[in-house]
Amino acid sequence: MTEQTVVAVAPRRDAGVWTDRTFSIGRYLRRNPTLMVGLLLLLALLLFVVIGSFMVDVERARPLSARALQPPGGTLPFGSDKQGRDLFAVMVAGTPLTLRIGLIAGIIGTLLGATLAFFSAYYGGTVDTLIRGIVDIGLTVPGLMVLILIAMNLRGGLDINQMALIVASLAWLFPARTIRSQVLTIKERGYVQIARLSGVGGPEIIVKELLPNLLPYMVASLIGSVSSAILASIGLAVLGLGPTESPDLGMTLYWVLYNAAIINGWWWWWVPPIVAIAVLFIGLFLVTVGLDEIANPRLRRQV
Amino acid sequence: MRFTYLIKRFGIFLLIVWLASSVNFFLPRFGGQDPMRAHLLEQAMLGGYVQAGLEEMVQEYNAKFGLDKPLWQQYLNYLGDVVRLDFNYSVSNYPRTVASMLADALPWTIGLLLTTTLLAFAIGTMLGAILGWPGAPHWLRFALPPLMALNAIPFFLLGLILIYLVTTRFPFFPLFGGYSPGTLLSATFDSVLDVLRHAILPATSIVLVAIGGWALGMRAMMVTTQGEDYTIFADAKGLRPFTIFLRYSVRNALLPQATALALVLGHIASGAVLVEVIFGYPGIGTVLYNAIRQSDYFLIQGIVFGVIVSLGFATFILDLIYPLLDPRITYRRG
Repeated sequence: MTEQTVVAVAPRRDAGVWTDRTFSIGRYLRRNPTLMVGLLLLLALLLFVVIGSFMVDVERARPLSARALQPPGGTLPFGSDKQGRDLFAVMVAGTPLTLRIGLIAGIIGTLLGATLAFFSAYYGGTVDTLIRGIVDIGLTVPGLMVLILIAMNLRGGLDINQMALIVASLAWLFPARTIRSQVLTIKERGYVQIARLSGVGGPEIIVKELLPNLLPYMVASLIGSVSSAILASIGLAVLGLGPTESPDLGMTLYWVLYNAAIINGWWWWWVPPIVAIAVLFIGLFLVTVGLDEIANPRLRRQV
Repeated sequence: MRFTYLIKRFGIFLLIVWLASSVNFFLPRFGGQDPMRAHLLEQAMLGGYVQAGLEEMVQEYNAKFGLDKPLWQQYLNYLGDVVRLDFNYSVSNYPRTVASMLADALPWTIGLLLTTTLLAFAIGTMLGAILGWPGAPHWLRFALPPLMALNAIPFFLLGLILIYLVTTRFPFFPLFGGYSPGTLLSATFDSVLDVLRHAILPATSIVLVAIGGWALGMRAMMVTTQGEDYTIFADAKGLRPFTIFLRYSVRNALLPQATALALVLGHIASGAVLVEVIFGYPGIGTVLYNAIRQSDYFLIQGIVFGVIVSLGFATFILDLIYPLLDPRITYRRG
């Protein structure tokens, strides 16, 4: 199932842009509007959190901080929910928590996946067959289902970090697969062969020859993992398996659904988390597409 | 189609079934909990006092449920149960069995997923083919940013927005459930129409989001095929542009689209579970949501197993279809 898709993808060139010293970020961004819009969206979200944290005490994200179900106005710019959380404080405190889950799980997943991919693809043999088999089978399994089972067994006061670790337990599969197929195409290149003939050892070739060439690709893969980790954590939270006390975006949505806020017309309760989640996912997606363009210059010329 | 290919694919399917049941068996046991003791203690606490003889009761129940046997024997028993599709009783819906609840919910989910996936695939691929063709009308390029945005958000997010639109602006479609309450499902025209009306909102939120991914993928593949030698040759031969579009570009770009179908099935299923939850659609997702709320562990296990195995089976079917589309597959992967 792996190979036929890989065969169809155009062969990737080396990432010239990143080694080019005269490359100016500003000028490049203008030529790559996808990346720019993506970065701007994420930046806007970060700015909201940073500015917001100066304006409001995040302790007010706890229940009973304000009168319940107040529409926006006065001291409550985003209103309050049924349990008396100040929703502005919830958004300011919750957005970074969601980002944190994504970053922890995404970084662990990509590092683990990349390590496995490099060794598996470079050395080949039984280990490679085994890893490829596990990854191929693991990817046909709907991740959310396995995460639900794990979360059920660890239930009882999950915190944000445990949530991130649960999500990370499956986050390495996809990076392992995509990076492995990239290593396979690159390891037969001339410069790798020359290094091998010169007697350079395997680990050194991986670190000095393969890694730098795949770096832009790995960054794109990291952003993709962060995005799917956040998606998984929100999914778990909406199903009621999230960290109950936490004001992160997934749990906020859980309370929105639990109290049927949309049908009851409490728009101020559900609009901010939905907008934040949409901005987050669209931003991350555009950045991945934009980075793909760096990693694969053929796309840039043709599209 | 080579016989070894078929055997190998079926072997992978069996492996998935075995892995799913093993995970189901071992995960709770590694959790280090003693379910009977925990359950009895909980009941004793509800009663307000701790009974004497609790230890004896724990042993008695463990013996009754075979939990005192060695682990390998329990494991073999469990695998035997799985083969007989016996997933025990649902604790919160006793005396219903998990298998019967699965049998009730699965058709809804399969119906919803099958229609939406095929619809999104067909519409998205056609849209992508046109978008990736240089001869397409210029204004079509404006469809790209909304497609990208839709592709990025989760299914249920769009579902929430649809719920808002329907409650406030367009109250034409039922928001909740799979059929009108109090009616009996039958094969009459009215009944079918009712089911379809209830399916429209969940289906729309899946289809609209999924279209984006297919369109973007197809567009990228169309661009790639246009750089290929055979397209340039066809152009040099003087073939009509429409022939090149359909027979050269689209035909070759379709193949990776079809193979990608097997890869995204799991992703679509995970997303559809949440869509079912927000619309209260009577499929697997809603049953799962209620099971989690009521800590109905057997039911959750049964659903997780059912979904994994159904998707493994769908992948197996797709794997059987692929060699018909591209005979090279059987040779390459043996």
